[in-house]
Amino acid sequence: MPKDSGIGASPKRREDLRFLTGQGRYTDDINVHGQAYVHFVRSEMAHAVIKSVDTTAAEAMPGIVRVFTGADFEAVGSIPCGWQITDRHGEPMQEPRHAVLAQDKVRHVGDPYAAVVADTYAQALDAAEAIEADFDELPAVVDMKEAAKEGSTKVHDDLTSNLCYDWGFVEENRDAVDAALKASEHVTTLELVNNRLIANPMEPRVAVGEYTGHDEQYTLHTTSQNPHLIRLLMGAFVLGIPEHKLRVVAPDVGGGFGTKIFHYAEEAFCTFAAKACGRPVKWTSSRSEAFMSDAHGRDHVTTIELGMDKDNNFTALRTNTFANMGAYLSTFSSSVPTWLHGTLMAGNYKTPLIYVNVKAMFTNTVPVDAYRGAGRPEATFQLERVIDKAASERDVDPIALRRQNFITEFPYATPVAVEYDTGDYPATMDKLEELGDLAGFDARRAESAKRGKLRGLGVNCYIEACGIAPSNLVGQLGARAGLYDAATVRVNATGSISVMVGAHSHGQGHETAFPQVVADMIGIDESQIDIVHGDTSKIPFGMGTYGSRSLAVCGSAMVRATEKIINKAKKIAAHLLEASADDIELKDGQFSVTGTDKSVAWGDVTLAAYVPHNYPLEDIEPGLEETAFYDPANFTYPAGAYACEVEVDPDTGKVTIERFTAADDFGNIINPMIVSGQVHGGLAQGIGQALLENCAYDADGQLLSGSYMDYAMPRADDVPFYDVDHSCQTPCTHNPLGVKGCGEAGAIGSPPSVVNAVCDALRSAGHDVTHIDMPLTPSKVWSAMNNG
Amino acid sequence: MAQVSMTVNGKAVSGEVEGRMLLVNFLREDLKLTGTHVGCDTSQCGACVVHVNGEAVKACTMFAAEADGADVATIEGQANADGSLNVIQQAFQDHHGLQCGFCTPGMVMSAAALLNDNPNPTEHEIRAYLEGNICRCTGYHNIVKAIMAAAGQDVTSIAAE
Amino acid sequence: MYAFEIERPSTIADAAKALKGDDAQALSGGQTLIPTLKARLAAPETLVSLTDIPEMVGICDGDDGSLCIGGATTHAAVAAGAGRYAGLAALAANIGDPAVRNRGTIGGSLANNDPSACYPSAALASGATIITNTREIAADDYFQGMFETALNEGEIVTEVRFPVPEASHYEKFVQPASRFALVGVFVAKFADGVRVAVTGASEGGVHRWTAAEESLSANFSADALTDLTVPADGLIGDLHGTPEYRAHLVKVMTGRAVNAAF
Repeated sequence: MPKDSGIGASPKRREDLRFLTGQGRYTDDINVHGQAYVHFVRSEMAHAVIKSVDTTAAEAMPGIVRVFTGADFEAVGSIPCGWQITDRHGEPMQEPRHAVLAQDKVRHVGDPYAAVVADTYAQALDAAEAIEADFDELPAVVDMKEAAKEGSTKVHDDLTSNLCYDWGFVEENRDAVDAALKASEHVTTLELVNNRLIANPMEPRVAVGEYTGHDEQYTLHTTSQNPHLIRLLMGAFVLGIPEHKLRVVAPDVGGGFGTKIFHYAEEAFCTFAAKACGRPVKWTSSRSEAFMSDAHGRDHVTTIELGMDKDNNFTALRTNTFANMGAYLSTFSSSVPTWLHGTLMAGNYKTPLIYVNVKAMFTNTVPVDAYRGAGRPEATFQLERVIDKAASERDVDPIALRRQNFITEFPYATPVAVEYDTGDYPATMDKLEELGDLAGFDARRAESAKRGKLRGLGVNCYIEACGIAPSNLVGQLGARAGLYDAATVRVNATGSISVMVGAHSHGQGHETAFPQVVADMIGIDESQIDIVHGDTSKIPFGMGTYGSRSLAVCGSAMVRATEKIINKAKKIAAHLLEASADDIELKDGQFSVTGTDKSVAWGDVTLAAYVPHNYPLEDIEPGLEETAFYDPANFTYPAGAYACEVEVDPDTGKVTIERFTAADDFGNIINPMIVSGQVHGGLAQGIGQALLENCAYDADGQLLSGSYMDYAMPRADDVPFYDVDHSCQTPCTHNPLGVKGCGEAGAIGSPPSVVNAVCDALRSAGHDVTHIDMPLTPSKVWSAMNNG
Repeated sequence: MAQVSMTVNGKAVSGEVEGRMLLVNFLREDLKLTGTHVGCDTSQCGACVVHVNGEAVKACTMFAAEADGADVATIEGQANADGSLNVIQQAFQDHHGLQCGFCTPGMVMSAAALLNDNPNPTEHEIRAYLEGNICRCTGYHNIVKAIMAAAGQDVTSIAAE
Repeated sequence: MYAFEIERPSTIADAAKALKGDDAQALSGGQTLIPTLKARLAAPETLVSLTDIPEMVGICDGDDGSLCIGGATTHAAVAAGAGRYAGLAALAANIGDPAVRNRGTIGGSLANNDPSACYPSAALASGATIITNTREIAADDYFQGMFETALNEGEIVTEVRFPVPEASHYEKFVQPASRFALVGVFVAKFADGVRVAVTGASEGGVHRWTAAEESLSANFSADALTDLTVPADGLIGDLHGTPEYRAHLVKVMTGRAVNAAF
């Protein structure tokens, strides 16, 4: 029987009421009295020396407040990277300066080198055209392998090369993995590309900077997933503003998917310019601008080798990856191909020896950073593709090969330095086979064939590490920030509650789901509880929402704070009931003395806390407000098994998704409706990566997919209804809710099954196709059938 | 500059506009109706869909001057007279047809136009009709389901919440 | 966008007069022009709206049996009102998306002559006559390459007159991002022969596939295409398909259009 409230229920989302009636308050809806508008003048060249930028004519144009160039930011800090990677020789990564406005060179199409602030946006645009900039165009380096060559054009002249780092993991295993692969009965090798993507939240980025001189207070409204992180990075590293003088507000945010984690130059600019211009400064990105200024995602080129013994047990795994950093290091860019990728290479399998090498390259392209899944989709894709190829080469069933190599005992320490606490991979595979009716596939294939279509089935597993993570561990790995989270539970006198959380909701439904937890713990109605998020002046110093961490980390902090509340409330109740606190039970919002009929209601206790006339003031303080910071003991490890069925039109190469089934283990579930929605969205993004989406540059560094005219977003008719299930639940062992996180699973788990399915379809028609690089456009699939 | 007058959500409004002012900017900036959103500049995402004289149009691809004399409906005018959600809005909430909410106003307005033309659309017809509305959050599953439900169809057999 | 004024004339004569002004440009449905203006790729001083001219809106039957469509008639109106020419109505019903179809017009589409637009293929395959405020132009003379037409500066497409074929169909294979035609083929079977027009594929814009026309005129069946090949020379190659792929699709789409024609 489904519950109608509390943990496990699916109440309707309360935030929907404002979004459905046009009452949402997104950053672009915020206008501040006296605001000016900024237009960034962006490089049209991928790589050039800036010889001069003459703003004289522009400054004389109507409505111009001020024109800025790189020179105005010489005394301002570099946009920081949040993660220091140490290479396989023990050296720190190469870390170039990233100025708010480009100073010596422009390094990618879209790199801003000037900014015009004017009374109106149109005036700023007009004046931008009057700026006379003189460049010496340089050859662009776009391809990572070219960038790695000796003598290649350097993106940053002050670095020794275009190599950011050459990372080995686990470096001590390098020789042992080489030897094990040599000794293996069979080695399957696959070269593949993980295509560059653009996150494309539907709300483009916006920033509004304000400054008041009398109290030296800055305020930045911005489209961010983590306002405190922006305050930390921008305040401490770029602009030198002490935290108490800088308020960062992220109101309703229209989707993030990673690309709104990072601190961007435009945020620093608007904050800086608000003081410099003496009036608020607003920037609203156009979509075209977003394509060349939002951090991109993925963009790996990998060779993976999987060794097997004569019985097809996995013996060793080696991967060599080139990872594109773009022209500068975005906030978490360096961690994505390393700690968020290499540590996941064991997947769901007990491969005893693994070595991962990653060469991160600078190129004349937009910076690349985390996009939904971040590193884990790249790991999953290569592993699950090479397993399918191995199954084909060994002529065994791909599901059986996976089952044979599953990790089945927990906790399990992988050879890539993480310890999975729980999981049940056979169970999710069983659920997948049942829900996806995999037994019925042959009949469906025959039916498709009657219509002239090639049907294929692709299956894969995935594991991810979410809820990032123990601060002491990530600190050792190079993180420059803690990765705990925080919540303050403020109980009001009449018993209603405001919960201030460090997590940020930009579609995840925290305003609905978080109260379900607190309501359950206390036994009051959810409507008594509101969530406050997104404003550094209101919430405790939490780290925001990304990496499927909100509930696992911030939710845990909220549980801890609520436990503190309950403990204190029991003491107050004990006083009111003239009993010992140890004898007080809380159930359904009533405090009672064990074994008696004496009780006092939640509201009476909360009132006593604020009207402490009859109160143990000598023992406890009045009031009822508690804060907890929660630093997890480990990552969480959601896992699952996915199946995709496609039809390929042999005449055109067009692939249609006929059926998609996802069986996930997210541990305990707070709100099943929201969890399913998260999976649906992730699946569409993963299917988009596999079939449609491709951020492409030409050899000169020009962005070929610079708008929705060429960057194919998944539409409603590109995807089917999905079958999703999360009834397999092995609760996380180390957080109080037993939750694992669900936000990224769909995007991580779906691309390999789509590609596996298409390869299966083509092989069924006799085409010897072992791999097609994503996206599997009709043109590419047709070419694979006809040339391959 | 030109004087424009139109009816927006049943109320007569007027203003002075430049030739280049788009209808969406007139709504958002002059009328402060910020529920209509701008998600692209190539007329594809559909976050700005409103109704002009009863037909769905992209308010980012029409000038305010062209709407002079027109009857315009936006998301702000969709709820029932008592403020409760209308059938489509309610179906979107019931079936979790929105997450971040940014594409939602355009989705609701497109859904309303669809159901006006075709009160009982098939799944295929709904998906085809939404070609000009991009959502990045929901994977469309619950949007399509919500529109089917708003049309009065039984959606209990469609998987998941 | 640069600044400009908008004029909304109510007669063709007034529109033509307004278009004689300095840097005046016609604005029809605006579904292509407005994004172009946003990108500051055009800088008119005046936009002359053609959508408030009653004599340019609507569908009627010509004395010669043709279907006459006013230049400012929207795609949605053609989809709903051109039922007598089913292939044309179906084409109009699949241009862009519903909101675009409620604004975009046939005259605007033909005047722009985007190499991936749908309407040019219908006009060319039908042997339509493009009627302007000054003259009549045969479709075979009208389309002159990518974004190039026979229109003079300031000339307005006021009406398009379509001979109605015995059978017709438009088959579109969409470019997955823009949803314009990667390749679109319009096949029209008349008593005196078959005409085939291809959009989306060629660097030269919409064009006829005469070899297919000959074969199909002899035998209106997809089998008639079996021995034909489409050369890839001059076809578009981009992110979404090679010239060879487009050449292949031209044949596949033509066959499908023949099979679906009625």
